[in-house]
Amino acid sequence: MKPAPFAYKKTRTLKEAIALLGKHKDARLLAGGQSLIATLNMRLSAPDLLIDINGIKGLDGIIKKGSSIEIGALARHTQVERSELIARHAPLIALAMPHIGHAAIRNRGTFGGSIAFADPAAELPACLLALDGEIEITGPKGKRKVKAEKFFKGLFETALGPRDVLTAIRVPAATKDTRVGFAELARRHGDYAIVGLAASARANGKGLSDVRLAYFGVGNTPVRVKKAEAALASGDVDGAVKALDLDPHDDVQATAKVKKHLAGVLLRRVAAQLMEARS
Amino acid sequence: MSDRALDISLMVNGERVQERVDPRKTLVDFLREDLSLTGSHVGCEHGVCGACTVRVDGEIVRGCLMLAVQCDGAAVETIEGLSDSGEVADLQAAFEQRNALQCGFCTPGMIAAAQDLLKRAKAKKSVPSREEIREHISGNYCRCTGYHAIVDAVEAVAQQRAEGGK
Repeated sequence: MKPAPFAYKKTRTLKEAIALLGKHKDARLLAGGQSLIATLNMRLSAPDLLIDINGIKGLDGIIKKGSSIEIGALARHTQVERSELIARHAPLIALAMPHIGHAAIRNRGTFGGSIAFADPAAELPACLLALDGEIEITGPKGKRKVKAEKFFKGLFETALGPRDVLTAIRVPAATKDTRVGFAELARRHGDYAIVGLAASARANGKGLSDVRLAYFGVGNTPVRVKKAEAALASGDVDGAVKALDLDPHDDVQATAKVKKHLAGVLLRRVAAQLMEARS
Repeated sequence: MSDRALDISLMVNGERVQERVDPRKTLVDFLREDLSLTGSHVGCEHGVCGACTVRVDGEIVRGCLMLAVQCDGAAVETIEGLSDSGEVADLQAAFEQRNALQCGFCTPGMIAAAQDLLKRAKAKKSVPSREEIREHISGNYCRCTGYHAIVDAVEAVAQQRAEGGK
C-alpha cells in the first residue's frame, strides 16, 4: 500500500462536493483518478480527504447547444472518443483522443479531469486553447465561465479556486470552413508527448484565416505561437517554421534544442492537414 | 486498519465479496492482499506498465489507479475469472504456442488488454490489424520477449475467431 492515509467520501451532488471542499482545507476531488491516484501512490500528494465526484449525475453529457458543443466534466475519454457528435462537430478533439493514455486509462480518465489537472504535456488543454474553448466552473457562488486562454495560468495552475469544481467544457461546433490539425511525438503511443501541436483555422478561399496553433510539451502551459500563426495564414509554411516563437526547456524526454526542432517538424505536418479540404 | 475504513460490497469473478477496506488501498492491492487473487500484478503503480489490468463493469482499467472503495457495487473480473470461464482459453494457448511470454509477469495484463480489443473487434465484425494490436497493447510493457510474439499470438487468435465465428 503506497498512498498516505486519507478519508474518502462519495458525493451524490455538486452542492455537497463544494460544501466539503469548503470544510476541509486539504481535500482533493477524485474524478477519473488517472493522474491523482498515481501521485498518491508516489506520495507526491497526500490529501486528508478524497471527495469522489463520480456519482454526481448529469456531469457526463456530450451535447450540441446551438453553435457550441458541451462536454460534461465527467465524460470519460472513451465516451468522447466513441462519440458521433464529437466526430462530427469537434473534429480536433476526435483527432486528439486516441493519443490520450492507453485504452485502460481512457476508460477511467475524464475530460474535465484532464483540463483541471492541466499537465503541460497533455493533449486536451492544447486542443481547448486551439479551439478558443471555454471552461465552466461551479463554486460556492454559482457558475462562471473562463476562456481557455485565461484558464491555464502556470505549471499545473489554473483559474480553479480551492472551492471550485470544473463542471463542463464548451467548444465552438465546427462549420464547413473549419480546418483542424493534430500531431504529436511521443516515445510510446499513448505516453505524454515530447512535443505536440493542436491547430484550428478557417478556410478562406484557397488560404487560411483565424489560424490558432497550440503547442504542448514545450512550456508550463499550452502555448500559442502567434507569429507562426500569422505566417501560416499568409500561406508561408517555411516562414511559419522560422517564426516559431517557442522557448522550451530541457526535460527528461528531450533537450530544448531537439524540442524546438521537432516543433518545426510538427508544424509542417499540421500545416498540410490544415490546408487539406475537410472530407 | 484505520478508523477511516469503509465497507464495500462487490462482485469479483462472479462471486459476491464483502470486505472492510482502508480508502487508500488500491484495487490491485485489495485483489492480491485481501482476496489472494495474485494473478493481477503490481508493476509501476502509476499507470504506465499495465501489469495490473483488470476489468471493472466490463471495461479494462488500471488496478493501481482505482481505489478498492470506488468498486463498491461494481463487477470486477481478474485474470483468474477470465481464465476459469474459458473466455481467453484460445489467447492463452496462442501465447504458449508462440512463446509470447517468458517470465509471465506482463501476461495477465496483456491477455486482458488483448481480449478487450478482440471483443470490441468482434462486435464490429472486423479483424484488428497488427498496427491496431500494437496500438491497443501500447499500455502494457513486456520486458522479456518483446512484442513480436505477442502481436503474433493476438493476431492469430483474431483470425481464428473471425473464421470460427466464436
